[in-house]
Amino acid sequence: MTVFLQHNRVKLALHTLREGPGPRLLLLHALGDRSPERLSGEAERWPGAVYALDFTGHGSSSVPAGGGYTAEVLMGDADVALAAIGPATVVGRGLGGYIGLLLAGARPRDVRGVAILDGAGLAGGGDTPGPAVVRGVPGALSAPDPFALVELGSDLRPRQYVRRFAELATEHSPLANPIAVCGRQRPAWLEAVLEVPGVVEEPLEAALQRFAASG
Amino acid sequence: MTAPVAEEPRFLTYPGARRPARHRWVDSYGVRLHVCEWGDADGPPLFLVHGGSDFAGTFDVFAPLLADAGWRVISWDHRGHGDSDHAALYSWDADVRDALSVLDSTTPDAVPVVAHSKGGGMMLQLAEALPYRLSKLVVIDGLPSRDPAPDVSDHEDRKFTQKTLAEWLDHRRAAHINLRKPGTLEELARRRKRMNPRLSDDWLRYLVTIGARRDPDGWRWKLDPAIRFGGFGPWSPEWSLQRLKELKVPLLGLTATVEEEMGWGTNHRALLPYLPPRAEIIPFEDTGHFIHIEHPQRVAELVLEFLR
Repeated sequence: MTVFLQHNRVKLALHTLREGPGPRLLLLHALGDRSPERLSGEAERWPGAVYALDFTGHGSSSVPAGGGYTAEVLMGDADVALAAIGPATVVGRGLGGYIGLLLAGARPRDVRGVAILDGAGLAGGGDTPGPAVVRGVPGALSAPDPFALVELGSDLRPRQYVRRFAELATEHSPLANPIAVCGRQRPAWLEAVLEVPGVVEEPLEAALQRFAASG
Repeated sequence: MTAPVAEEPRFLTYPGARRPARHRWVDSYGVRLHVCEWGDADGPPLFLVHGGSDFAGTFDVFAPLLADAGWRVISWDHRGHGDSDHAALYSWDADVRDALSVLDSTTPDAVPVVAHSKGGGMMLQLAEALPYRLSKLVVIDGLPSRDPAPDVSDHEDRKFTQKTLAEWLDHRRAAHINLRKPGTLEELARRRKRMNPRLSDDWLRYLVTIGARRDPDGWRWKLDPAIRFGGFGPWSPEWSLQRLKELKVPLLGLTATVEEEMGWGTNHRALLPYLPPRAEIIPFEDTGHFIHIEHPQRVAELVLEFLR
């Protein structure tokens, strides 16, 4: 089942992959990707309902004209989903992992743990700007939005800035270790996040068991 | 409540203000931008760029002074501002891209640009990315500084708190139903006064007649209610400061000396070591952030001299 949520002028597709009582799980896809059609892997063993969100310009969500993507506005996408489903554990791949981390810092009581997995857009554009360019792409208004690929593939993630979100998450979350790094990739921002006390490295299965037990 | 209509026509004019001679629309990747022009359509083009939360109509006194000297003066409302489309997404990069769309719609040649506040920062980026597109650049109180800039929504703020983030997200959750607060023309002018404390009441009332629209329940600023100033983001003014020295486009900077809420707090002396060779910086004594509105004649003279 898919419902559409309004985030400013964008319609976001929120897919229910499994209904049911118990703790909720929200899946956030990678850059250029879309939500899975059905449950698979570790998420299959999640004891409660499972949802998946298509970000702005991705999957079945609407594709806005003229670009202007930022990771921060995608955090807003994920927060709109959180408002619809209630407190949830977040599993994010690539860009979705980064967005999950931001959301955990901003809504530490409603994000019941975030697991960060490898995937497209995990690295982002690094700490500091590269060459100044004006990025324009011919606009085919279909998902994935080429503007999203270009803008979110190069968005800056200064270590100190990202680290602050991890600190807020560990400081305010009811969970002892609310951030789990479950992938292999280690972009600079993620190395910085791993230095924050309370952030752990562990396999996805272990993280989900822990989050489900505390949820 | 709406002010009696009879009270309003007197605010439709302001001494020295002239509405644009021409209006047109530019499509920037599907976002429709409102473009204004003053002066002879066959004159050499000169671009004016407004700052955050402003609109092209704020140049109604300044632009005619340049137009009367023979320039075809062109400005536009940024996405979400004035009469341009309210977009789904806003970012610094998108604003710079939109600026290039407006330049491209006018001429492929290098053009002089005068930019205020956030517009100055945008144009410095354009000058760095595509130096051959700009012949000269005047930045009015918009040169980078170590301090964050208040009219840029995604500036770096290392002190942001969980509360700041939650409030921003709450604003996003309601963005699709938010409307700007209606009021009388006087009320809107008073609200603007908080942001522009040094500008005259009559000027602010005049601005309401352009930057706001009259709905059945009162006047509302046209600015997209989804746009919110302050906040947080990864951008650091320090970055553009470090790169300023290599700027190839001749630069004239005018800086304010009185700090204001909207101002960039640019410290003239702190800026000197970062300036490119031959750049000129002129501080304006006892002047706030809107230098070209406080001293239109003097700024116009300096600009015309610099463009000569």
